[in-house]
Amino acid sequence: MSFDVRLPIGLLFLAVGVMVAGVGLVGDPAVFEAHSPGINIDVAWGAVMAVFGVVMLALVALARRRG
Amino acid sequence: MQLGAIDWGILALYLAFVVGIGVVSARRTKSGSDFFLAGRSIPAWVCGLAFISANLGAQEVIGMGASGAKYGIATAHFYWVGAIPAMVFIGVFMMPFYYGSKARSAPEYLRMRFDEKTRALNALTFAAMTIFSSGVSMYALAKLIQTLHVFDAPFAHMGLPQAWIFHAAILTSALVVLVYIYMGGLRGAIYNEVLQFFLIVAGFAPLVWLGLRQVGGWHGLQTTLGPSYTHAWAGMAHASTNRLGVDWFGLVMGLGFVLSFGYWCTDFLIVQRAMAADSMTSARRTPLIAAAVKMFFPFLVIFPGLIALALTSAPDHGSVHAVAAPAGQVATIAQHDPGVIPIKMDSSTGKPMLDAKGQPQLDYDLATPNLLLRYFPTGMLGVGLTALLASFMSGMAGNVTAFNTVWTYDIYQAHIRPKASDEHYLMVGRLATAIGILASIGAAYLASQFNNIMDLIQLIMAFVNAPVFATFLLGMFWKRATGHGAFIGLLTGTVVAALHHGLTLPLDAIAGVKGGWLHVVHTYPSEMAQNFWTAIWAWTACFVVTIAVSLVTRPHDETGLVGLVYSLTPKINGKDGPWYGNPLILGAIVLVGTVILNLLFR
Repeated sequence: MSFDVRLPIGLLFLAVGVMVAGVGLVGDPAVFEAHSPGINIDVAWGAVMAVFGVVMLALVALARRRG
Repeated sequence: MQLGAIDWGILALYLAFVVGIGVVSARRTKSGSDFFLAGRSIPAWVCGLAFISANLGAQEVIGMGASGAKYGIATAHFYWVGAIPAMVFIGVFMMPFYYGSKARSAPEYLRMRFDEKTRALNALTFAAMTIFSSGVSMYALAKLIQTLHVFDAPFAHMGLPQAWIFHAAILTSALVVLVYIYMGGLRGAIYNEVLQFFLIVAGFAPLVWLGLRQVGGWHGLQTTLGPSYTHAWAGMAHASTNRLGVDWFGLVMGLGFVLSFGYWCTDFLIVQRAMAADSMTSARRTPLIAAAVKMFFPFLVIFPGLIALALTSAPDHGSVHAVAAPAGQVATIAQHDPGVIPIKMDSSTGKPMLDAKGQPQLDYDLATPNLLLRYFPTGMLGVGLTALLASFMSGMAGNVTAFNTVWTYDIYQAHIRPKASDEHYLMVGRLATAIGILASIGAAYLASQFNNIMDLIQLIMAFVNAPVFATFLLGMFWKRATGHGAFIGLLTGTVVAALHHGLTLPLDAIAGVKGGWLHVVHTYPSEMAQNFWTAIWAWTACFVVTIAVSLVTRPHDETGLVGLVYSLTPKINGKDGPWYGNPLILGAIVLVGTVILNLLFR
């Protein structure tokens, strides 16, 4: 089977996204407020990265099923 | 700003993935064709994104932010005038000859089309350029990491002097790039470039999002910065009425035609990505897919500069307090914040550097990095640093893979050991990777020794890159062009570039590396104008001399030029696959999109 570059991209984005969002959830809210008022950028962007990772992995799975 | 455990974790995870991709690629790298051309087996979208990444070094990410802060949205000309049209041209018109000729490198195309000496000239100058540019970008990254002070604490903790941050940054990044190219060759580089592309977007997009939120969107930028920063085409009729200091003719001919086509259509670093594609149609789509994405890059890399400037001051209005629009936000920042873009300090005296009018100069190179430190808390900081590192590595890997191929095929095989086995050349390619990276490290330290080495390298690149497009253009579209014509034309073009530079000077500059080292016969309103006109002169000289010498030398046998010259090659249609995959239609869509962007930001 040929190598699908979306696999490592999906895995890395999912892992990093979960890590970043996790830190945003457990960290001190005052820190996030100081950097970007009104938005917890770690939670928001971590979620975006994780979702992108899942989409990439889904595309890999779809391509494999089609053979 | 300190790195948390999570930031270290993200950086480490990134490095592990990059090396892992090298290991996986190594399993499929068994021959010279695998190592140097990725076995011509990569799908178009992968090649297209790698095509962008290879060109998107840390210097571009930092430099475009800096130019955005200095010149405003007019910096987008480097994309909408200076890249997209050339990328469409290579995809539609030139790729059939690069890919179809089965040449393994751009210099090798010149050997097939012209002769050995033209190839040798191009191969040698190109190989030297790749080493210098990867060295300079390595230097820029190490310097930046040192300036950001993010690694100060861990180094102090380990009892290491601060100067070691510079060495560690250079050695670590060089080692990682070495590992994945040594193992996986071009395939390893291309797969990693795609990963790096997404990371760069992931690192900079949130910066723009947060920034625009704070300054009140594009409208907020317009009111804070004023029209001279937010219109790309206003005042382009004369060099004195716009921030770039260039008139529209110099811009369109110098940047849009000569420099842009010279870079995008002949630079092997770029062309190599398309040559790795799995079919002719994929190879042609590669630069077009890249262009379709690239046209939106100004929003990603130039906007941070504009935002940083808006948060620093409001140049068109004197004082930020006079601006009512972004509801007091900017005023608050001006009171509590020294500004995102710091004042440039003279490292020898410790005093602020002043311009000709006695005003302190801003250190624009720190616009994007400082914005990153400002908006990203721990967590996102790791993502942002990874994006910087990714942009640096992709740019360096582009240079290194181009170097090892040109060295092995166009210098070693052509002149040192012509009839060795494929295994031997594969070994030489791997060795060339290591030697190329070592030489880049040398170039990086050389750059740290001299103040103006960056200027010098930019200059030599302009001398070499500008005329070579005339050589390729005449080679592909005029069957009468001869080897002697191409060689003498190329040499003349380079000499004319040097002469033009030696005889002209930008306003307020001192004769020397900035020009005028022979005698000043003309003064340009800006360095950029001088640069563009150097390119125009060099290209014209190469074009005219190549034609003149070709007409008085013996023409090539036409049967040997089939597949290399437009008029002698059967036309191919790109109609396999869906209609939107047709290179002509794709090219037209990209061009219309670019025109619309130009109109929106006129």
